[in-house]
Formats: sequence, structure tokens, C-alpha cells
Amino acid sequence: MIVTVGGSEAIDLAVRGLLDPGDEVLVVEPCFVCYAPLVELAGGVPVSVPTRIENNFKLTLEDFKDKVTERTKLLILPFPNNPTGAVMTKEDLEPIAEFLRDTNIMILSDEIYSELTYGRKHFSIIELEGMRERTIYVNGFSKAYAMTGWRLGYVAAPEPVISQISKIHQYGIMCSPFISQNAAVEALTSCDAEVDKMVDEYNIRRRYLVGEFNRLGLTCFNPEGAFYVFPCIKSTGLTSEEFCERLLFEEKVATVPRSAFGDSGEGYIRISYAYSLKHLMEAISRIEKFLKKLEAEK
Amino acid sequence: MNDIVKILQQNARISNAALGEMLGISAEEAAEEIEKLEKSGVIKGYSVIVDDDLYDKSTVYATIELKVTPQRDCGFDDIAKTIMMYDEVESVSLMSSGAYDLAVEVKGDNLKDVAFFVSERLATIDGILSTSTHFILKKYKEKGIFIDSEEPDERGLV
Repeated sequence: MIVTVGGSEAIDLAVRGLLDPGDEVLVVEPCFVCYAPLVELAGGVPVSVPTRIENNFKLTLEDFKDKVTERTKLLILPFPNNPTGAVMTKEDLEPIAEFLRDTNIMILSDEIYSELTYGRKHFSIIELEGMRERTIYVNGFSKAYAMTGWRLGYVAAPEPVISQISKIHQYGIMCSPFISQNAAVEALTSCDAEVDKMVDEYNIRRRYLVGEFNRLGLTCFNPEGAFYVFPCIKSTGLTSEEFCERLLFEEKVATVPRSAFGDSGEGYIRISYAYSLKHLMEAISRIEKFLKKLEAEK
Repeated sequence: MNDIVKILQQNARISNAALGEMLGISAEEAAEEIEKLEKSGVIKGYSVIVDDDLYDKSTVYATIELKVTPQRDCGFDDIAKTIMMYDEVESVSLMSSGAYDLAVEVKGDNLKDVAFFVSERLATIDGILSTSTHFILKKYKEKGIFIDSEEPDERGLV
């Protein structure tokens, strides 16, 4: 295990340590922005694997089976997912594990949102037989303990992988800031009650936003993890980028377009609910105003 | 339903529909829950938090510390109830400090009104040994709401 400067360093280490030039990496989309660029920097070839709303943005074997080639070295599994909030259950992961068992494909499981699930506990693919040996597990403190900016994450992987990627870490970083590490010890040892409280609060905001977006006609699937909702804006006729830009300039509400999370899809925006209810209620009323304006333009 | 109380404490004017959404119940169910909380006495009432500097600059608030002789059988309750009856009194609390027994918040139109209220109404009640009046110069926060400045969002970075 290596304590890293945020989950991002852990991802960077993993792909740089693992990939040879031309190796293919299955990148589940939509996803956090850094995977594909980091894969490219490491000489690899990102292969986009879009998930679909019909499957609640979960990854299914059918989504990527046909994209596996002999050069496929790694599958990046980002669940609970940013931006969709989708989670993978044991039942969802089993067929994927079953398929991978007969291959040499490694998994990079980015579980940074593992503590932020609603209604069910997070399940990790390493808990399934034969997966621990092939999984590079990434987690961190920014989300579970709201320690964004302290830059602290960690990577756990089989010994041969760790011994290689720790070289990059030692030369590039030497050691994660000990101040953050001490803070993380405090977080791990005495903040469980605070985390529970935070998750309850997020859950209230999550239910509110899902309800409100559905009321406003921007259909919103029910996310079970992370702190994002991912409503569909296709009904407005705008691209996600146009929608977000106009909403930002005309109503001063910041959202992120689907296009920021990979080129494989359109028609959605991401809203973070790591803000107070008061802010979210204000944002909803501005979005409602914005939608009325769009309607009037038609 | 702790969550209902928590949300209403932050914003008592929220609609039943929004409240229901937040809790995963219908607007009707939210209304029923609130009614239950009101009937059982958990929710005593709804009030508004006002910035007096903007609304009515002349209003004066003071905290009065009262030393009281506790009475046989009812301790401080009778005196507290007498004090509560005055419209000028905003709150009455029994304190655990040894220095004084009751903390009373008084509201008045001006300094003189409050001072006279204390000397003529409170100080003269049987059983009150002494009063100590502290005028409030400025309120920064009340009932969890920032009075003097914009509330920073608790988590801007993601």
C-alpha cells in the first residue's frame, strides 16, 4: 500500500507503472476527467466504454466485452461514479469478475466515493474471488472525510505492482505531507459519527434534487452514491455545454456538462450537492427561471 | 422524525412538497408529521429572525442575570413563571452557574425602558436578590442564522 497525494496520484502511479506503449485501457464513461489523459501520458490507449441510462449507468459485461483485445491490459472501474452517482452491487459485479477471471486484464478500482452511498453499503470488487490479485484499489480522504485540498489518498495492490509503482512515488513525491497524514489518522480514529451525519445530510439534499429535477421535467435517475445528480437536459434541445454555459452566465449557477466526462455521450449535466440546502434551493429556483426562459424562446 | 425538525430549524417556511422530497415521503405525509410534532408539543411555534439594524434600529435587547431565593416545593419555577408573563421578556432560562440563577432576555424600545423595566418590574419581585443588566450591542448570530454577514458555504470545493 502507498499513501499518495490524493487519489489522482494513485491513478497516475498505477497507469504509469503498469502500461507499456500501445496497451489498451478500458475507461468506463462518463467518468472523472483524469483517466484518459493519464493513460495517454503513460503511452497507453484509452478505449471508451459508455454506460447507459437504461442500466442506471452501471457497467455491464455487454458494454465492454466486444472492446477487449489482446492489448487490453486494464479496466478502470469508477464506482460509486462521478458524475452519475451510479453504484455497482455484488450482483452487478459478479458477471464482470467471472469474465475477467479467464483473462489477464487488471482492474483499477477507484472507490473514492465508497463511504457516500445511500440505502446500501458499498461493495468492492476485491471482495469477489480471484479479484484481489488483479485489482489496484484506490481510495482517499477527500470525499469520505470532506478533506478535499488536504491531498491525501492511497493505493493498495498486489506486491509486484506496488513494488514497481512505489519507485515512481518515491522519486516523484517522496512522501505525502505528514500534516495531512496526521489529520487523516484523526479522521479515521474519531470521526465516524461526523461522517454518518454528513451522509444523512447529503441524502436529504440528494432526494430533494432528484425530486425537483423530475418536477422541472429534466428527468433524473436516482443516484445511489457520490454527491452528484445527473439530470437529462435533452428536452431543452441544447447541448450540455450550451446549457451549462448559458445557465452560468444568465443565472450564475455552476454545473458541469456531460461532455466534460468523456466524448461518448451527451444530453446530461452534473450537479454537485456538496453545498448547503439553502444554496441548492436557490439554485433550483434559478434553474426553473432559466427553463421558463428557454421555453419562451422556442 | 428528527430530520423534519432539523430542516424546519434551518428554514421553517419550506413547502411541504420540498420537505417531503427531502425525506422521501409525500407532501401530505410531511404535513401529517408536522401536525404530530405540533400536537405532541415538540414544535412550540414558528418565529422569524430579524436583523434589527435593518428593520428597527431603536430596539434594545438586554440579558439580565437574576439571583433568586429558591422557594420551598417549587424551587425557581414560580418566580420564572411570574417573569415570563411580561411581554418585554423574550426568554427565561434557569442557569447552572453559581453566580446567578435566571437569565432573562428583555426587549425594549429604548435603553431607558429596559432599565426601568428591570428596576421597577423585575427587581421588585419577591425572592429576587439582585439583578445585573447587560445590554446587547450587536448580534452576530441568532438561532443558527448569521445576522451580520453572509454565511459561508460549508463546503465549496469538490
